[in-house]
Amino acid sequence: MLALFRRYSVQLFLVTLGGVITYLAYQEAIGLYYLSVLMFMGVNIILSTSLNLVNGNMGEFSCGHAGFMCVGAYVSSVLGVLLFSKDKIFGAPLLDPSLAIYFFPLIIIIGGIAAAVAGLLVALPSFKTRGDYLAIITIAANYIIISFIENLGVIGGSRGFMGMKKVLNAMRDSVDLPWMVIWVFIFTIFTIWILRRYNSSTFGKGVSAICQDEVAAEIMSVNTNKMKAITFMLSSGLAGVAGGLFAYIIGYVNPGSFNILKSTEVLVMVYLGGMASLSGAVISAIFFTILLEILRPLQIFKWVIIPLILIIVMQFRPEGIMGNRELSDVFPWMKRFYKFK
Amino acid sequence: MIMQMQNTTKESAPVLEISDMTQRFGGLTAIADFNVSLGPDAMAGLIGPNGAGKTTAFNLVSGFYQPTEGEIRICGKPTAGLKPHKVTALGVARTFQNIRLWNQMTVLDNIRVAQHGKLDYGFFKSILRTSDYFECEERIEKEARELLKIFELDKYVDEYPTNLPYGLQRKLEIVRALSEKPKLLLLDEPAAGLNSADIQELIRLIRWIHDTFDVSIWLIEHHMDVMMELCDDIKVIDFGQTIAEGTADHVRNHPAVISAYLGDDNL
Amino acid sequence: MLESIIQNLINALQWGSFYALIALGYTMVYGVLTLINFAHGDVFMVGAYIAFFAATFILSTLGLPGWVALALTIPITMILTSIVGVSLERIAYRPLRRKGAHRLYVVITALMCGLILENGNLAIFGASRKAFPELISVHVYTIGGVSFTNLKIAVIGTAILSFFILQWIVTRTKVGMAMRAISYDKFAVPLMGIPIDNIIVITFILGSAFAGLAGLLFGMSYPILEPYMGALIGWKAFIAAVVGGIGDIRGAFLGGFLLGAVEILVVAVFPSTYRDLIAFTVLLVILSVKPTGLFGIAKTTKI
Repeated sequence: MLALFRRYSVQLFLVTLGGVITYLAYQEAIGLYYLSVLMFMGVNIILSTSLNLVNGNMGEFSCGHAGFMCVGAYVSSVLGVLLFSKDKIFGAPLLDPSLAIYFFPLIIIIGGIAAAVAGLLVALPSFKTRGDYLAIITIAANYIIISFIENLGVIGGSRGFMGMKKVLNAMRDSVDLPWMVIWVFIFTIFTIWILRRYNSSTFGKGVSAICQDEVAAEIMSVNTNKMKAITFMLSSGLAGVAGGLFAYIIGYVNPGSFNILKSTEVLVMVYLGGMASLSGAVISAIFFTILLEILRPLQIFKWVIIPLILIIVMQFRPEGIMGNRELSDVFPWMKRFYKFK
Repeated sequence: MIMQMQNTTKESAPVLEISDMTQRFGGLTAIADFNVSLGPDAMAGLIGPNGAGKTTAFNLVSGFYQPTEGEIRICGKPTAGLKPHKVTALGVARTFQNIRLWNQMTVLDNIRVAQHGKLDYGFFKSILRTSDYFECEERIEKEARELLKIFELDKYVDEYPTNLPYGLQRKLEIVRALSEKPKLLLLDEPAAGLNSADIQELIRLIRWIHDTFDVSIWLIEHHMDVMMELCDDIKVIDFGQTIAEGTADHVRNHPAVISAYLGDDNL
Repeated sequence: MLESIIQNLINALQWGSFYALIALGYTMVYGVLTLINFAHGDVFMVGAYIAFFAATFILSTLGLPGWVALALTIPITMILTSIVGVSLERIAYRPLRRKGAHRLYVVITALMCGLILENGNLAIFGASRKAFPELISVHVYTIGGVSFTNLKIAVIGTAILSFFILQWIVTRTKVGMAMRAISYDKFAVPLMGIPIDNIIVITFILGSAFAGLAGLLFGMSYPILEPYMGALIGWKAFIAAVVGGIGDIRGAFLGGFLLGAVEILVVAVFPSTYRDLIAFTVLLVILSVKPTGLFGIAKTTKI
C-alpha cells in the first residue's frame, strides 16, 4: 500500500493541487487578482522551462522566445474567435459556441504547432551557425514576427486583437467551471512532463551531447541537425502554448507585449534558475512571478529594483539558483517519490 | 559477449578504401593523392611530423570534411555527401587527439548516447514511452554496462569522466567508439599524454581489442614504439604527401622519413 | 530619379552613421571579451542625455554661444559616457568574470544593466520627452535637386573620421595590438605581461565614448530624447555589428551603413511600418548565406 502510494504520490499530489486550486477558484475563495497571478505563474513556468531546453540543455543562446509566444497567442486567439464567437471582422461563429469547451485545448495546441513551425525560422540557421550569431538570428526572428503581425491589418495590426473573453464565456455557459485555471494548470504540468521525459531519454540526451561537445556528438552517431530542429521546434511550440494561454487569460493581445523585453524576462528566469535544470527553471519562474507582483506598487522603480536584485544574485550565485542540478540532487529524499532525471 | 567474435578472416572486401584523395583548404593542400586499402583484419598506422595532415585524413574518413578530389569507400559504400553520423552508421568509429568525452554526463550515459543512431524510437515515443522505448533503453543500458564491464570500467558507471584519471578517460573514449560496433576503428594519438606504464597497457589494450572484436584498426601515433609494436603496415606522410609505406623496419630506415623528421642536414 | 537616389543615399549614410558608431562599441567589447554588451544601446541613450544636460547647462546657465557649447559638449559627453561604460564593467562585469561565471551570465547581467539605465532614467527624469537644444544653426543646401544640411554632413563626416581613428588605434598602436592579442588568446596575453584589465577598460572607454558621441549627434539631428530610445537602436546596431562580422571594426561600420541603407530604402519604397520587417529579413538572409558576417572569420573547430 505504502509502495503504491509512493509510486503514485506525485500524480496524487498534482491531482489534489489542481483540484484544490480549481475548487477555490470556483468558490471564488481566491481573489481574481491572485488567480491571475497563479495563472501567469503557470505561463511563466512553461516559458522558462521551454527556453531552458534550448539555452540550458542545448547550450544555445536564443533571445527571441517571446516571438514564438506571439505566434501561438495570435493563432489560438484568432482561431478561437473565428470559430466560436461573433466578431466584427470574422462575422458569425463558424461552429456552435457550445463546442468551445471541447475545442479549447485543441486550439491552444494548434497555436503551439504554429509556433513550432515558426521555430524553423531559428532552427534552420542553427544547422550552420551557433553561439552569438544564432543569438542575433533569434533576436531578428523576434522582431520579424512582431513586425509581421503589426502589419497584418486583418487581425488588428499594432492595435491588437481581442474577443477571447467571449470564447471563455461560451465555455462557462456550457459548464460553469474556472476553465482558464484548469487549462493553465494542465498545460503547465503537461510541459514539465514532456520536457522531463524528453530530457531523460537517451534520445533527448543527444541534446546535451550537442551542448557538451558537438563534434563528438556528430561522430558518435547523433544526427545533430535533426536533434536541433526537434529541440528548437519543441521549445518554440511550448512557447506558443504559453502564448495561447496568455492571450486567453488577458483576453487581449497586441504585438507590443511580445517584444524583446518579454524575451528578456524569460531569459532572466532561465539563467536565474540555472542552466539545464528543469526544477531550477520552475522555481525561478515561480519566484520571478511573485517578485514582479510584490514590487508592482513601486511602478517604474520595479524595473530598476528587479534587475538590481538579479545582478546582486548573480554576483553571489553566478551559476543561478540550482546550477545544473535538479531538486533531487539537493534533497535526495525526493528521489523516492520522483525520478527527476 | 556482445560483439560477435568472428575471427574468420574474410579476405574479401576491404573495410576502407581510399583512392586518390586530395583535400585542399584554400591554397593549402592538406592531403594529396592519398591511397589506402584496409582489410577487415588490418592493424595499420599513419605517422608523420606535426601538421602533416594525419588528423585531416581521419576527418575525411569520418565524414567531417568532404574530400576535394578522390573517393572514400567504407565496406564498399562511397561516403561522398554523407554527414558524419551516416558515416558512423556505415561502420566507422573514432577517438580524438584531445579527449572529447561528454563531461557533464556519467560514464554510462556517454556510452548510451553513443547509441543514438541505433535507437528504435524517435521523439514521440520518447515522450509517450511505448514498449519500444523501454525495450530499446533496456537493451542499450544492458549492452553499455556489459561493455564497461569487459573493459573494467564498471565501477565508474555513475562517475563523471572528468573525475577519472587521464588514462581511463582515454580508455573510456576508445570504449565509447567501440560501442558503435564499428568495422573500422580510427585511433587518433591514443597514447598522447600517457606515461610509459600507461603506454604499455594501451598497447596491450589495442592488441586485445583487435584480437577480440571483429574490427580493423587504423592508428595515428607519435610514439614510435607503439607503432613498431602494433602495426603491420605503416604509412608516412609529410605535407600531405605519402613519403613511405611498409613495415615498421622499412619505414624506420627510409631516408625520406628520416629527413622529414630530422631535417635534411642530419642526413 | 538620380536625384532621389543621391538624396536617399545621403539619408542612408546619415542614418547608418548612428548604427555604425554604436555597433563599434559592441564590436570592440565583443572582440576583446567575447561579451555581448547588451547595455551598450542604453549607454548611447545615457550619452544623449548627458549631451542634453551639458548643452542646456552651457547654453542657458553659462550663456555661451552655440559653437562654444558644441565644442565643450563633445568632450564632456564623451568623457562622462565613458565613465558610465567603465563603471558597468567595473561594478557588474568584472567581478563575474573573476568568479569564472558562465559567459552567458555576464550577458544577462549586461541586459539587466541596460534595464537599470533605461528605467532608472525614466524613474528619475520622468516620462516627458526632452527637447534637445539647437547647438548649431541648421542650413539647408540644395545642389541640383538634392538637399542636405550641414548637420547631416557633419554626422557622416564624424562617423567616417571615428572609423579611421579607431582603425588606427586598433591596427597601429600598442594598445590596439594588445586588444587584438586578447581576442586571439585570453590566457597567453597576461603571461606576456600585458595588463589585461587595463586593456579591457580602455576598450570600454573607447566604445562608450563613441556611443556618447553618437548620442550627441543623434540628439542634434532628432532633437527629442526619451529613455527607451537606446533600446531599439542598440539591438539594431548589434545586429549590424554581427552582419558586418562581430569583432571587426570595418565590419561594424559596413554593417551599420548597410542597415541604414536598407532601412531608408525600405521606407522610400514601402510604408514605413514595413521597415523593421524587411530590414530584419534582409539581415537574416545575409546571415544565413554568410553566417559569420561580412568580415567575420569562421572559427574552425580543431578536431
